Amino acid sequence: MANLTLIQAVNDGLKAAMRDDPTTLVFGEDVGPKGGVFLATEGLTAEFGEERCFDTPLSEDGIIGAAIGMAANGLRPIAEIQFQDFIFPAFDQIVSEAAKLRYRSGGQYTAPMVIRTPYGGGIRGGLYHSQSGEAYFAHTPGLKVVIPSTPHDAKGLLIAAINDPDPVLFMEPKALYRSVKGEVPEGWYTVDLSTLRTVREGDDVTVFCYGAMVPVVERAAATAAESGIECNVVDLRTLMPLDEEGVLEAAKSTGRVVTVHEAPRFCGYGAEISAMIAENVIEYMEAPIRRVTGFDTPFPNTLEHHYLPDERRVLDAIEHVHSY
Amino acid sequence: MDPNEAYSLIDADGQPRSKFTCALADDELKDCFRSMLAVRSFDDICMKLQRGGRIGFSIPNRGVEATQVGAAAALRDGDHIFPSYRDFGMALHKGVPPVEMFHNMFGNGRDAARGRQMPVHFSFVDPVHFFSISSPIGTHLPHAVGAAHAFKVRREPHVALASFGDGGTSSNGFHSGLNFAAVMKVPVVFLCQNNGWAISCPSSQQTGSESYAIKAKAYGMPGLKVDGNDLLAVHEVMSEALERARAGDGPTLIEAETYRMGGHSTSDDPSKYVPKDVLDKWEALDPVKRLRGYLEFRGLWTQEWEDELVASLVAEHAAAAKEAEAEAPPGLETIFSDVFESLPAHLRKQGEAVFDLARRKGDAAAGEGAFPL
Repeated sequence: MANLTLIQAVNDGLKAAMRDDPTTLVFGEDVGPKGGVFLATEGLTAEFGEERCFDTPLSEDGIIGAAIGMAANGLRPIAEIQFQDFIFPAFDQIVSEAAKLRYRSGGQYTAPMVIRTPYGGGIRGGLYHSQSGEAYFAHTPGLKVVIPSTPHDAKGLLIAAINDPDPVLFMEPKALYRSVKGEVPEGWYTVDLSTLRTVREGDDVTVFCYGAMVPVVERAAATAAESGIECNVVDLRTLMPLDEEGVLEAAKSTGRVVTVHEAPRFCGYGAEISAMIAENVIEYMEAPIRRVTGFDTPFPNTLEHHYLPDERRVLDAIEHVHSY
Repeated sequence: MDPNEAYSLIDADGQPRSKFTCALADDELKDCFRSMLAVRSFDDICMKLQRGGRIGFSIPNRGVEATQVGAAAALRDGDHIFPSYRDFGMALHKGVPPVEMFHNMFGNGRDAARGRQMPVHFSFVDPVHFFSISSPIGTHLPHAVGAAHAFKVRREPHVALASFGDGGTSSNGFHSGLNFAAVMKVPVVFLCQNNGWAISCPSSQQTGSESYAIKAKAYGMPGLKVDGNDLLAVHEVMSEALERARAGDGPTLIEAETYRMGGHSTSDDPSKYVPKDVLDKWEALDPVKRLRGYLEFRGLWTQEWEDELVASLVAEHAAAAKEAEAEAPPGLETIFSDVFESLPAHLRKQGEAVFDLARRKGDAAAGEGAFPL
């Protein structure tokens, strides 16, 4: 076990996967000798050579398009999109090509590949270095969407994603890159996709969250506990395919639900959780489901800490559903 | 070679413009001619099936047969084709059985894609890697680059061929594909079939450039323009580009100047926008007529041989169409399979709901038995 930051765990996971499977390769903008703008790929070119870790031209469409061709022809590409905000030129390649290739060819061609990309706010990145676009992608049949929140999960889920037979969008909460540290096993291991993580047990209110919102919710839950409200905090980890049964069980266990994400509210991931609970277990609900989200605005710079759900807003929602 | 002047070996009647050595052996030449006739036969039958309401859609290939067959004839075993939707001549020439193609045209249960795609969106891995076709334009160029990179890192002597139209040169994929290919120096050949039209938009509305081939210069690769209705010239230029790729010298852009003699698709009426005099000019340059003329010049053609060929192709394709039409449609479960390798819980649930509804509300096609996945 080593005590690593989340970004170190990503780096460790890439190395473990690349040592395990010679068909894996890493590429993107500035990922080569520089090691990426966040240093996620530091040391990979030195250890694995320029053929397995290299810089590409500045074209997200080209990066993902080339990755699809590599994946369809026997390689295991791990492409980096420098910021999730820059992924949209590749939206067509992800949505129309990678996600549909198995389906449209009856399995003759597949795209087992991972797209790693840092997402989310909290680093004073403004409109174009802060967005959380998970809902666009979770809405896309054929694409898996994974978001870790701890160093342990970041490494284990990343290796699982690399081994997965289908394309995986691996969204890394960049606000947590260096702000969380944790024990990470040495060498190769996986954390199963489509499994939830119970962050904190409690009988009063269930809070669903993921990525950079997990520590925010943990702090709110700790404060709530001081006034006697015990929260069941669930880290979703894989947004697609989601462990729906696990979500419904967790919702039923308290009958009071809050969802938290930093992405905008309208058609956000919290809406899906809310609808799922309403459709399946509404008779267990003691209170309306509350969503704590970013606003339906572009992502502001100076006032980003007012845009992002914080402990105060999460706590307010917890208290609201608890006292309903 | 001047990237603005089309390289050509035979004239409108198939006579050599000057003395040259044909790289194709006699039987290969005759096989190419057969494939061109096969494209025409397949095309005609699909058009009739569509007009008769038996299939929903087709993409006419008349006029571009020499580019497709000449390019395919230059490929070697192990090379991969990344086609556009107007490229089925390549699949026919590489030996894909017509019945497999008709399974797609009818979208039946034996279609490789289980009827999920529109007709003409083929996908084959055997006897040739003919990459699954998507409708968005130009997205497959970077795929060819990625596949070529895989050949390169595995030290395999194969090449990826990306084929697209003049409209495709305006796409993101054209720019990123050519740019990545040149930077990564991978074994790929880009074949632009300049057939004059992107649906109803003429080439003059796609580019202000003198030619498409000349665009290669800015990407740092050779750009060659070839007479796309001259199978021999296409084959020669393609062979050189493939050789360069196999030698590790990187990509080539080829512009094959040809003409789409039919509509964009069966849903299109080209008489509304294609000038009659231009059509007449290209009719005189018909690629089948030109190769026929060359075969005759070489003493390899008789009318009787061609008549027999056409009769056997039409009979084969008609039988294949009949067989495909008689096949059952895909099972309802194929809506949910192949989204992921294994069926996730939410898709199982949605599939079970479809079968459950069919049982309760009565749908003979769907209500038999349980959701089988």
